[in-house]
Amino acid sequence: MSAPVGQQGSGSGSPAIDIRAVSKSYVRGQQTVPVLKDVSFHISPGEFVALMGPSGSGKSTLLNLIAGIDHVDAGTILVGDTDITTLNESALARWRSRSIGFIFQFYNLIPVLTALENVELPLLLTPLSARERREHATAALALVGLADRMDHRPSELSGGQQQRTAIARAIVTDPDILVADEPTGDLDRVSAGEILDLMAGLNKSLGKTIVMVTHDPRAAERAHLVRSLEKGLLIDSDPADQKDHADPALHP
Amino acid sequence: MLTLRFILKNLSRHKLRNCLTVVGIAVSVLSFGLLRTTVDAWHAGVEASSATRLVTRNSISLIFSLPVSYEERIRGVEGVEIVSRGNWFGGEYIDEKNFFPNFAVDARTYLELYPELLLPDDQKAAFLRDRKGCIIGAKLAARFGWKIGDPVTLKGTIFPGNWGLTVRGVYAGRDKGTDETMLLFHWDYLNETLRKTSPRRADQAGFYIIGITSADAAASTALAIDARFQNSLAETLTETEKAFQMSFVAMSGAIVAAIRIVSLLVIVIIMAVAANTMAMSARERMGEFAALKALGFGGGYLARLILGESLAIAAIGCALGCGLTFPAAAAFGQAVSQYFPVFQVSALTVGLQGASALVVGLVAGIVPALRAQSIGIAEALRRIG
Ligand SMILES: Nc1ncnc2c1ncn2[C@@H]1O[C@H](COP(=O)(O)OP(=O)(O)OP(=O)(O)O)[C@@H](O)[C@H]1O
Ligand SMILES: [Mg+2]
Repeated sequence: MSAPVGQQGSGSGSPAIDIRAVSKSYVRGQQTVPVLKDVSFHISPGEFVALMGPSGSGKSTLLNLIAGIDHVDAGTILVGDTDITTLNESALARWRSRSIGFIFQFYNLIPVLTALENVELPLLLTPLSARERREHATAALALVGLADRMDHRPSELSGGQQQRTAIARAIVTDPDILVADEPTGDLDRVSAGEILDLMAGLNKSLGKTIVMVTHDPRAAERAHLVRSLEKGLLIDSDPADQKDHADPALHP
Repeated sequence: MLTLRFILKNLSRHKLRNCLTVVGIAVSVLSFGLLRTTVDAWHAGVEASSATRLVTRNSISLIFSLPVSYEERIRGVEGVEIVSRGNWFGGEYIDEKNFFPNFAVDARTYLELYPELLLPDDQKAAFLRDRKGCIIGAKLAARFGWKIGDPVTLKGTIFPGNWGLTVRGVYAGRDKGTDETMLLFHWDYLNETLRKTSPRRADQAGFYIIGITSADAAASTALAIDARFQNSLAETLTETEKAFQMSFVAMSGAIVAAIRIVSLLVIVIIMAVAANTMAMSARERMGEFAALKALGFGGGYLARLILGESLAIAAIGCALGCGLTFPAAAAFGQAVSQYFPVFQVSALTVGLQGASALVVGLVAGIVPALRAQSIGIAEALRRIG
């Protein structure tokens, strides 16, 4: 089986993310609200970065720009050799489907589809056959420890299980980069720990570059690098934050 | 395959709402079909009429008659093969509500002109032998349970008195459009009675029916007949049977137009209902659509999901509505058989039902599909939180 999941080594193949002088503001009524002010920031291949900062500081906005679901006002975002700020809508969509895995706070699974179908969905954008799609989706679900929940609908899964399904969906197309906006924000401590273990494992063993927005210091601890935003400005982080953690084993 | 499953599973989200929409579409497809079939039934007499038969009547109006002496003179016109005469008798059976068309006709020539009235030879002979005999259509026979030999008394409205007749034959229609609800009796019986009771009204024919050699000669023959009676006491108007029937239908043209408009309105209304259903469904799912877009799905895929769903709803409703049209038309046709001898759902009607459901499905889905195409991913995702 040519499973994309679980075949890659460390992040050698992953591209670096280079954010250069990015600004973004929203227009609300008459006034323009600056959200990101001249943010520059480099993420090396295979990095696990946590973005922190108070509510409204622009974390989600920055993450959305990196993931290519929002547009910069000024500046460039280079992912590998691609400047994604120059791509048109359909090229950007194609780029996302290949390069980015999304993990949302509220999972955003399709409620009428089973876990397996949800995970299979992004593979519709690949040339894989129906049988290959099914095999890859099954493998991804097994990887997140849900081999026995494939036919359950989201409403029949716990929050943690739903988030694991979402992670399976994020990795099934084997993207280089995972973006996660408060992935544990809606979970209890135990489930949150499991999700973080899983993400750390994906980073370590599959070399996925992970950019994670979080309020949770416990979550941030798992990252190699913590960057903080405040009022749209990137605060210089303490190099002491940049530490390698002992990697927990992949989830069973 | 997964996409198809996705669309079908989406249908199950709001079972009640979608069921109601399906029922609404079924009802409108059904009423559209019944209304169209009614209009068709209205025109059935025209459809059944022959192009090789002309009708000559008084040029002033249908209620004025023509002298019986015209018959010989019409026969002399070039292109005329056979002439029959008749009167709209307008008799009632017991009560006004038992209406059915009845004519006094010159039986031998009339039956020759109308080969689509299928009458067994022995019955035909018996009818021609009996001066007070009559023949009736199969539907009329079934309606009143009349059999051969039964006496039937008609109460005259145009020609006063009680007219005793005996059923001598029951004809069947050769074609689908043939009227099987008529009663025909002898013009001679009518005329001889009038000679005694009101001589001034005797020896008059309400209309002449003319068989011509070829349909191509219809126009010239009609002109020649009318020319012959120009400047006479009773001028004539001759037209093809089709045009003659059409002039009846035209009288009710306004009603037909109204029915047509109503049948279209029904479709427009259900279009609005279905569009509302789809708009609600799509609005609830904007967050999902945004997530799908984030995963890399384009607006085209979302449009396929939405249009697929609205077309599926329309198709189920259409199938239900078309399926109900046939039994409903049969029951309705039974109830109104005295007015509409032919009440049948045509293939064209079924086709139009399908087409209107297709349009409903497309129109209902198009606006939400366009909206889904234009949602901003980041904004829509933010709204979920
Ligand atoms: N579509 C928008 N229109 C107007 N203002 C917006 C829009 N999106 C974000 N903002 C504003 O931009 C600022 C930053 O928002 P953002 O979601 O990036 O914050 P955040 O750091 O993720 O906060 P939180 O921790 O609460 O999620 C906020 O003040 C927000 O109100
Ligand atoms: Mg946020």
